[in-house]
Parts: sequence; structure tokens; C-alpha cells
Amino acid sequence: MTDSLKLKVLVADDSETDRMILSAIVRQEGHEVLPAKNGKEAVNIYRSERPDIVLLDALMPVMDGFEAARTIKAIAGTELVPIIFLTSLQDPQSLVRSLESGGDDFLSKPYKRVIIKAKLTAFGRMRSMHAAIQANHRQLLIEQQVAKRVFDNVAHQGCLESAGIRYSLSPLSVFNGDTLLAQRRPDGGLSIFLGDFTGHGLPAAIGAMPLAETFYGMTAKGFELEDIVKEINLKLNNVLPMGVFCCAAVAHIDFINKSLRIWVGGLPDLCFWRESTKEAVAVASSGLPLGIVGADKFSPKVEQYRMDDGDRLLFWSDGIHEARNSEGELFGEERLWRLIRGREEDSIFDAVLNGVNEYIGQNDREDDITLAEVTMQNVDLRSMRPLGGGAALEGVLNWQQSTTFDAKSLRHYNPLPLMLHNLSEIPWVRQASGELYTMLAELYSNALEHGVLELDSQLKASTEGFATYYAEREQRLKDLKSGFVRISFAHQFENDTFQLVIEVEDSGNGFDWQSTLNNSLENKKYSGRGVPLISAIADKVEYQGNGNFVRVTLRKPEDGDSI
Amino acid sequence: MTISATAANDQSQMTITVDGRFDFSSHQEFRQVYENAPKTIKRWVVDMSSATYLDSSALGMLLLLRDHAGGENSDITISGCNNDVRKILTISNFGQLFNIE
Repeated sequence: MTDSLKLKVLVADDSETDRMILSAIVRQEGHEVLPAKNGKEAVNIYRSERPDIVLLDALMPVMDGFEAARTIKAIAGTELVPIIFLTSLQDPQSLVRSLESGGDDFLSKPYKRVIIKAKLTAFGRMRSMHAAIQANHRQLLIEQQVAKRVFDNVAHQGCLESAGIRYSLSPLSVFNGDTLLAQRRPDGGLSIFLGDFTGHGLPAAIGAMPLAETFYGMTAKGFELEDIVKEINLKLNNVLPMGVFCCAAVAHIDFINKSLRIWVGGLPDLCFWRESTKEAVAVASSGLPLGIVGADKFSPKVEQYRMDDGDRLLFWSDGIHEARNSEGELFGEERLWRLIRGREEDSIFDAVLNGVNEYIGQNDREDDITLAEVTMQNVDLRSMRPLGGGAALEGVLNWQQSTTFDAKSLRHYNPLPLMLHNLSEIPWVRQASGELYTMLAELYSNALEHGVLELDSQLKASTEGFATYYAEREQRLKDLKSGFVRISFAHQFENDTFQLVIEVEDSGNGFDWQSTLNNSLENKKYSGRGVPLISAIADKVEYQGNGNFVRVTLRKPEDGDSI
Repeated sequence: MTISATAANDQSQMTITVDGRFDFSSHQEFRQVYENAPKTIKRWVVDMSSATYLDSSALGMLLLLRDHAGGENSDITISGCNNDVRKILTISNFGQLFNIE
């Protein structure tokens, strides 16, 4: 920007002499002059010529300077048009009035050439700056919209619209600093991710991309919660610049074992609602937010809860805690929990959402308000959609595989995703991968927990015992020195149809399989569910010896039949 | 000014004092303080006794300081936190990365 920038200057004054003097000065400074005799003429010229700067006499016939200023500012909208009042008025009231009606400055009569020159230069500079900022802003909005479209495409593979999930997302700008994702697991369970990135807009959206892909992909393949959280942390740590991170909560809801596994890092306490006792349990953050430290320093601690039908988990980011009312006071954590515990409505979700909205009233929201709720319910195992598309190839016909996992592998590795991946090479098996995963998971956990780790499933009968059971499982697994689980698959053609035979053997002492087999699925007990569940899915289940060897047979269903 | 800094006489320790709201608006100032600090500084103290509020971008700034001060090998103490500030540091488990007094 140089001082010689040529401006279009509107000069409105009813005194012909004053108008001519001012016009001459402005012209001599190298600017173009548009003269007007009164406010009305000034407005008309402004409308047709769009001058860069307006010089207005305060007192004029037909329409005075004050009204003309108001009208011109209204026409200009978001465009910056400096208006300078020309006045011989000296009383402060009139000067204040000229600024209040939209004026940006005033020039006193009689005119001084250097002052006029300096003011035109200063306002010309301000105008160019404003134009540059506006152009940048428009560009930024366009970029954000494009990025949002890309992000929505990534995020919409999920299943936030599933039964049992309710959510509310309120974006602060075009973009949301909050990310909410949901995905089905192969066993029909749900994994939900809520993340809150530092900052808003593009940085948050860029981080959300690798996050969403990792979350959706690993969840669908049946990876454990810990492994998914570790992988996302590693990805974000590699991608995000220092100082940008993601506070998050990740939960896995298992509809078959009626359990909740959850990890929280850097988000305020979440709420786990027990329907039977009407108790609100706070689930606290136990780890660093995602993306701060590398894999070697990051070990997520996952909490485990029993989750009965009607129990629910509420997710929120700190947007609710930081919501402000018209007096600028924070909503705060205490108020949130009071609202949950003392609510009159049956639905916590509605109580919280209405409570926060009432509190902030018409006030602008400072942060994003994200709220989600998922409720445990009875899910029909057989209604689950198979994962993946139809079969492109016939696949292998005769196939055998046997894998032994020793103590070291069992400590660190969950073999289920790998096994499921191998089995999905067989087209008819792939069609039923959900049920198959459920069954494999049960067979594997029986072998590992009751066989190798010698845990007593009776422990899980009570709420406290449930927590103890999983704490004990973690401890024993960590200390595991010996033992094995062997899993074998055989795909065969027998009795005019294909069948898959799965054998699982463990190093443990076995169990009383005969009495467990008599338990029915309707039995509401939390132990011993695995065996009847396996029997319901499989065509044949045979235990051998003392129960540390089991052979399960699945036959290829007739067309249109499920397994 | 919401951020001020004083170095110990032997130039081995620097105390950064945060006054009022510690949020994104302090970003520039906070960065200048540690970037312009003498190279001899080994130990850092962030004095929060006059800080009223801390947001997630302030946590980000603390991480930037940690990185500047040597990452894993840094020696940074956050002192004088009021309850609100302490709570935010606790939720984020920043005790794993900083000494919090």
C-alpha cells in the first residue's frame, strides 16, 4: 500500500463554497471527487458509485448528515466505508451524535490541508486492510466447507443412527472441534468414540481423518479396545504437531455379555447410569489425552462394568461444563451432576440437553456442546447383518489350519481378528462372520480365562465380583509364565455339504461342562453364558476329556437360511 | 501482560508467572518467553498462583514448553495451582509429564 493510492471520495456539503474548497484539496491529493448537495443526493451517489470514503456535512437540507450516514452504513453491510463528518459544530453532544449515527471520525472547519491528507491516507489504508481480511475469510470458509464435506464422508460410514444411541452435536463454526463416531463390532457390539481436539476448525478436522479410519477399520475387524486406543494414539502422535492433542473417551458395549468396557483420557467424568438402583456412577479420566506421548509411554487402563438392560452411558465433552449463562457464569460440573441426580424427567439425555440450553438461553456458545447416550438393550443375535459384501469367488474348499498361542503371545496378543480374517476367505463363512466371531470369542475366552488362567466364572455373579473378576484376569494374564491355547480350523466337504470344524484346546484343568451345558440362554446369570450361546449357534458341540478340549461344527446353511 | 518471567541469578532456572486467564490469547507471549530464555536454563517453574483459568490450548502451550525444554528429559514444575486449574491438570493426567506442586 502506498500513500499515492487513488481513492473515490464522496463530498457532501450544502454550502457551495465549502464543497468547492474541499473538493479542490481532495483532487489535488490525487483522488477522484463525487460531489453531493445534500444527504439524499449523497445516498443516491453512494448507491450507484460505491465510493471508498464518504465526507459528510452534518447539517444539510432535505436529508441531514446523520440520517445519510445511517443509510449508507446500512447499504454497505459488511463492507467497510469510512464516513468522516465535516462540522463547524463544537459541542461534544453533536460530535458524539455524529459518531453514533455511523461516522468514523470528524473534520473541523475551517479545513486544514495536512489533516485532510493524513485522514484520507489513514482511512484508505484501513479500507485495504479490511478488504484483504475479508478476502482471506471468504477463502477460509470455502476451504472449511470442502474439508467438512470430506470429513462427513469419512465419518458417515459409522452407525450413530443405530437403535440405542441418541446424540446431539452443535458445531461452533462450520467445523466442530468434537468428533463422535460409532461402529459395530463383529459380535454385534458397539464401539463409540468421542474426541475433543484442542482448537477448532481445520486442525481438528485433519486429526479426525486418520482417527476415524483407524477406529472404523479396527473396530469392524474385532480388535480389542486397548489395541484401538493405542493405535489411534500412535497415529495422532505421528500426525499432529506438538501442542495439539485429542481428549477422548472410547467405549465398547457388549450386548451379549452385557458388559461395558471404557477408557477415558483427558475428558471430564462421564456418567454410567445403573437403571436398577437409579445410581449415577462417575467414570473418571485415567490416561493422557491421545497424541501426546509415543507408544512406549502409552498404556491405556480400561475400566470394566457389568451393564444390565436399561443401563446407560452418557458421553459429553467439556462444552457442557464451559457453557455460560447471560451473566457469564459457567454451567460447571457440579450443576451437571446435580441435574442428573435430581431430575424430574425420566430421560437423562433430555434432562441434560434441556438443562444446558435453558441455562445458556440466547447466549453464544463458547465451545462445542456434544452429548451422546447409549442404552443397553436386548439384541437379537440372529438379526445381525453380516459384515462385508457378497462373495466374489468360491474360495478355498479344503483347508486346515492350527495355531498354538503360548504364554507370551497370550499376554500381549488378541488372536481373534487374525483368525476371523483367515476364516473370511471362505465365502459362506464370511456371510456369517458376526455369529462366528461371537462364537470364537466365547470359545477363546473360555479357554483363556477358565482354562489357562483358572478363573472361576461364579465370581461374575455380583456387581463387585464382576469388577474383581476382570482385575484378577488382568493380573493373572500379566503374571502368566506357562500355558497355551491351541485353535484349529478345518473346512471339509461331508454329508453332501460343506462344514467348518473348530477345535479349541487349552492347558488348563477343564471344567464341569455337563452341568454348564444344561444352563439355558434365558438364564439371567452372568456366568456360564458362553457355553449355551455356543450351542445355540453351532450345529454340534462336543466336549472331550475334562473339558479342556472342545470341537464345534458348523454346516453350510441351505440357501436363504442363516446358520 | 499476563505472562512474565524471571531467571534465577545463576541463570539455571526460570520462573514463568501466569496472571489471569491462561488461554489461546497468551500463546504468543508464552512462546516468546521460553524461546528468548538463556540457553543455560535447566529447570523451569510455571507459577500458576495468579492464574484463574486454564483451557486446552494452555495445555498445548505447556506441551510446547516441555518439548522446548527437552521433552522426556525436561524438568518442569507447575506450582501454585488453584482447585480449578489443578482439576484440569488432573483430568488430563499431566502429572505424568510435569511435576505438579
